[in-house]
Amino acid sequence: MAEVLFFVAGTGAIAGAIGVVVLRNAFYAVLALVGHLLSLAALFLLLRAEFVAAAQVVVYAGAVMVLYVFVVAYVGGQDEEMATQGSGLRLAAPLFAGVLLVELCIATLGSGLQAIDGDGAPFDPAFGGPGQIGELFLTKFLLPFEIASYLLLIAAVGAVILARRRRGLDDGDRDDDGPLDIPRPRGTGTMAEAVDALGGRPGKPKGGW
Amino acid sequence: MAIGWYLAVSAFVFCIGAAGVLTRRSPLVVLLCLELMLNAGNLALIAFSRMHGNGDGQIFALIVMVVAACEVTVGLGLIVAMYRRRLPIDVDRMRDLRG
Repeated sequence: MAEVLFFVAGTGAIAGAIGVVVLRNAFYAVLALVGHLLSLAALFLLLRAEFVAAAQVVVYAGAVMVLYVFVVAYVGGQDEEMATQGSGLRLAAPLFAGVLLVELCIATLGSGLQAIDGDGAPFDPAFGGPGQIGELFLTKFLLPFEIASYLLLIAAVGAVILARRRRGLDDGDRDDDGPLDIPRPRGTGTMAEAVDALGGRPGKPKGGW
Repeated sequence: MAIGWYLAVSAFVFCIGAAGVLTRRSPLVVLLCLELMLNAGNLALIAFSRMHGNGDGQIFALIVMVVAACEVTVGLGLIVAMYRRRLPIDVDRMRDLRG
């Protein structure tokens, strides 16, 4: 049973990875990555890492991929053409990947580790559960845990500062108004509508979306 | 299943991700391929954690997930800023810092 599940999840993971690289449309690449992450979570479950598998599904396939989908929808997932210039790199990249694969396989499978051929060490039933993970995080790995929380905070603040609208820096986006100038739908009696009705005014009417 | 098979899958996914980083030109897809490589590393970490019967590798994998989430937030913020400034969303044409 474990073998069947492993081969299904393993082929799913590799197929998802190939889909991410091959698909031209960025939106489909994100969906392929979601499939890849779900099959990777199945592999984690087979390796008795229940908590990491749950975090993978909830945090990665749930939250981070939603962020990706939003950015693809915002930027517009335009189909990119493959590299026109620098086709030498285009030839060299699969070659490099193949060499890397051979090297990694030699390094892992030929390492002479006896335990690689086995099913792994015996474990107690609580292995990989939330209890064990929480205990490790709060005793042995307390400092990395706190540093990770600071890193998340810094990344969130940095992303907001990077992606924020800046006056005078952007070329487009001229109609960024003050924070109180909320756009309102037509027919709700905005002052801009009254000015428009009186004979128009130069510039873009503000009331509509 | 023997642990070696998991390592083989991890090596495959890592190499596919590396090839994607080198060939694709959209920074969005480059970030996706970086995710692939990080996840391959996670799979290897968890396989070794299972091999030793020790939870430390799973902690390491969780920290890698946190770092990957941070990288994604900052990278996507950069892409949104590039789009706002009407810069081309193409890593081959963003060569101002290359001298």
